[in-house]
Formats: sequence, C-alpha cells, structure tokens
Amino acid sequence: MFRFLLRRLLVAIPTLFLVITMAFFMMRAAPGNPFEMSRKLPPDILAHVEAKFGMNRPLGAQYVGYLAGVARGDFGPSLKYQDKTVLQIIDEGFPTSLKIGLGALTLATVVGIGLGIAAAMRQNRGLDYTVTGVAILGVCIPAFVLAPLMRQLFASELGWVPTGGLNGPISLVLPILVLALPQIAIISRLTRAGMIEVLHSNYIRTARAKGLPEHTVIFRHALRAAIIPLISYLGPACAGLITGSLVVEKIFNLPGLGKSFVLGALQRDYTVVMGVIILYATLIIALNLVADLVVAALDPRVRLS
Amino acid sequence: METAAIKGRSLWDDARRRLFRNRAAVAGMILLIVYLVAAIVGPYLTPFAYDAIAKNDVWDPPLIHGHILGTDALGRDLLARILIGLRVSLSIGVVATAVSLVIGVAWGATAGFLGGATDEVMMRFVDVLYTLPFIFFVILLMVTFGRNFILIFVAIGFVEWLTMSRIVRGQTLSLKQKEFVEAARAAGLSAPAIIGRHLVPNLLGPVIVYATLTIPAVILTESFLSFIGMGVQEPLTSLGTLISVGADEMDLAPWLLIFPSIVMVTTLMAFNFIGDGLRDAIDPKDR
Repeated sequence: MFRFLLRRLLVAIPTLFLVITMAFFMMRAAPGNPFEMSRKLPPDILAHVEAKFGMNRPLGAQYVGYLAGVARGDFGPSLKYQDKTVLQIIDEGFPTSLKIGLGALTLATVVGIGLGIAAAMRQNRGLDYTVTGVAILGVCIPAFVLAPLMRQLFASELGWVPTGGLNGPISLVLPILVLALPQIAIISRLTRAGMIEVLHSNYIRTARAKGLPEHTVIFRHALRAAIIPLISYLGPACAGLITGSLVVEKIFNLPGLGKSFVLGALQRDYTVVMGVIILYATLIIALNLVADLVVAALDPRVRLS
Repeated sequence: METAAIKGRSLWDDARRRLFRNRAAVAGMILLIVYLVAAIVGPYLTPFAYDAIAKNDVWDPPLIHGHILGTDALGRDLLARILIGLRVSLSIGVVATAVSLVIGVAWGATAGFLGGATDEVMMRFVDVLYTLPFIFFVILLMVTFGRNFILIFVAIGFVEWLTMSRIVRGQTLSLKQKEFVEAARAAGLSAPAIIGRHLVPNLLGPVIVYATLTIPAVILTESFLSFIGMGVQEPLTSLGTLISVGADEMDLAPWLLIFPSIVMVTTLMAFNFIGDGLRDAIDPKDR
C-alpha cells in the first residue's frame, strides 16, 4: 500500500513536469504576444513591458524561472489583467467550475447508478430498453446542442431559471443538468453491465439462497462489486466534466475557469493558461490515484504492488 | 478481396449475418450511406454555393426563395452549408481515426509482442499520457499553429490512439501464446514480419469495433473545438461550427440550430449503432 502510493507519486511528478513543459513551449510557440493582441505597441514601450514581466530573458531562463516559481507555489501575475495574479484568477473562477463540476458528478452518479440498477433488474423489459435508449441519446446529443435548447426552453420560454450569468444557486441548475446528462448515460451503462454480470455470480445465488431480502442482496452484495468499473471511470469522468464545462460556461455565460482558459489561450495570457492546465492536470492525476485506491479497497482481487 | 469458393461459413460470414440481423445497426448503415453520398456529391447538386453571400436573403426561413432549409445571417444557403459541414466533419472523423489506428495498432502490437521491459516502458508512457488534460493541449495546438485543417486531423488522431493501443496490446498478449505464432517463430520469421503478417490481421475484429466508435468521438471533439471557436475557419464550416452559430442566433433563426443539430445527432447515433452492432456480431460472447 505504502509502496504503491510512493510509486504513484513518483510517477505523478514527472507527469506534471511533462505537462508544464509541453504547455510552456507550445504557448510560447504561438504567434503573437500578450501585449500586442489588439494594437501594435511602439518598440521601446513593448521592450519595457516585456522587461517588466521578465520576458526579455532567453526562453530557457524564463522556463527555469517559471518552474522555480511553480515549485514555490508562485504562478506569477496575469499578463492581461493588471494587478491580478494567476492565483487570484483561479480563486475567482474555480469555485464556480467546482460547484457545477461536483454538482454534475453527484447528480450523474446518483441518477446513473439508480437507472443502471433498475435496468439490470428488469433486463430486456420495457424499463431496460428505456434506460438504454436514454443512455444512447445522452451519448449522442452533445452538450453544445442540448445546452442552447434547454436554455431556450427553461430560461427564455418558461422563465424558470435565468438565461445566463451567475446569480444565486438557481443559475447553476441548467449548467449542472447539461453537464451531468452525458455522464448519466455512461454511468448507467456501466452500472447496468456490471450489475448484470454480478447478479449471475455464485455468491449472489448464495445470498439469495440463505434468504436475505432482495434489497440487501442488491445494495450490500451486488452493488459493491458492480460499481468497481464505475470507480475506475472516475478519472476519465473528471476529464469529461472539465471539457464539458468549457462549453457550458460559454453558453450560460458563467465566470468559471474554463472561460478564463479559452480566453487566456486566445489572448496569449501565458501564465493564466499554464496555471489552469497545472490545476486541472493535478486534479485528474489525484482523482485517478483515489480511484485506484478505492478499487483496491473494494476488490480483494486487486492487489496494490 | 473475395477469395474463391469458400465452403461452409467462415467467422466473418457469421459476423456479417449477425450484423445484418441487427436492425439498429442496419438502420445506422443505411443512414450513414445516405449521409456519405450527400457529403460527397451533395455540394455539387445544390442550387446555391455554400459560401455565396446574398444580402436580400438574410435569415430566410426554410422553403423561402428556394432555400429548402433557410439561410443564415449572411444569406448563405443552410442546406449547402450543412452538406459541406457534414463533409468536413465526416472526413475529420475518418482521417483522425485512421491516424489513431495506425499509431495505436503499431504501438500496442509492438508492446504486447515484445513484452518484458519494453512493454512496461511503452505502456507506462501511455498511462502517463492518459492522465494529461488532452483537450487543453489540442486547444493550445490550435492556438499555436492557427486553425489549420490538417492539424485538426493530426491533433485529434494523436489524442485518440491511447485506448486503441491498450486494446491492441491486450489482444496481442493473448494471441502470441497461440500455436500459429509459435510456428511462425519456429520458421524463423522476424518480429516485424510476425507482427505484420500474423498478429495484426487477427487483431482486426476488436480494432474495427473500436475504430467505429472512435469516429463519432472524433467528430464530437472537432465539433467541440469549433464550438469554442477553435475549429475550421470561415467560410468553410463543420457541423460543430454550424451548431455554434445556430446557438447564438436561435432566437431569430431557430432553423440554424435545429437542422445542423439533427444531422449531427443522427450521425453520432448511426456510428454508435453500427459500432455496438459490430461488437455483438464479431464478439458474440459479450452479449
């Protein structure tokens, strides 16, 4: 267990290093610079501004300097927003992104597992086909199709929720729903497949034979084994939520981190882009690790080595 | 292709029979053939060019002035634009999948066949790449090299090969225990020859299934990029770009969102049905 953790952490560090390096040099290879996106500056002013942010040094020196800063937890100032550091921008945007991300993940897990169990218990009957059909639709209707339609229906026509912007928890309802739907589809499919396989196994027959009530068999015995593939899906699910949040934040005009990233990439705000990438890469790596640990705890057949 | 006088039923014959008995998969295939033909020849048949701007036809609703599906904010014919968008989206889907196929099969087959330390290093590398937030790097690529058409193919292909390589490696590990590989080895064939001649053809089943499911994933990724403004450039378009524009103008011209969305969703469904059907047909034990 301890050796496993140590090994994974040792892999995580070079992974993050790779992320930072790739992102740094790709960003710098992009044409244009953050100070001249809208208008040309006179050369002496440009030189002055570049010197202020240390960008007159050779690229290698800047890279080493940036790495040293990151190691100290200093992600530098934003190049576009005066008087704001990258950490401040993350601090402003991340809570919103985290709320819709966590909300969607919770909703997707609860509804997805529920639908998956229901479908597995009524295999090849009406409910099962309905769930499978919904799952197919959920995978095939992308967020950027669903989101404008739902905004039109629930915000513009019915007026139940605001059309966009961030004012109170109610404005997060649609974004969470849109973000959760594709995940509900995938999770219900995984749960259904896992449950069907497990329900045919011998220990379930034993549990039933000794007269346990059906809900105990399903929730205590079967589900525990059936959700293992689901937990392994946690890492990819998180990546999917991050991707989805880029779309959802754009459509619903939410001041989240996805928006900062896309804007930063377009405006060549190097430090903001780097900060967001590092944060998300760390999140995904951490979630993958947690998923592996939970799987090992649930499944005695998986030994951590 | 067809070898002469096959007696009895080969595995592939069986698979084909099972596939054609799957109604959803057949419907998907028919729809896809229609879309393919439409994407290839359609743009030549429409009365309007996809980039022809008409000041007097701005936001025409469907069926007005000969525009079957209406026009956009510049008076361009939506049907012509959807056909071009379909062509772009489908070709990105197929080409990027081909890129991922070549890399994934070569990588996975090599790792699985060589085994040992090579396998360990190669698959560890895949594990590391798996944890990268790839979409960010695709976005950065777009920013760095401009929204280049070919780059979109390559970038997405490079993202999608990881799962393919894992599948292929797993299959290779079990295949290389088989007698025919041992026989090839005994006959003195080199490792590349065994991989190319004996392993890859036997990997075909799962690879085809996964490739069919990769195409819609790629189309989705491309549309996603287009949606956040980093896909193909005007006046060229893709389904994602059309949907993005339609979403902005849906109050004024709902058809600009509805028709491209229908084409997009049905395309994705067709691929998914075919992929699921192929999986059931080729690997019936999974049903």
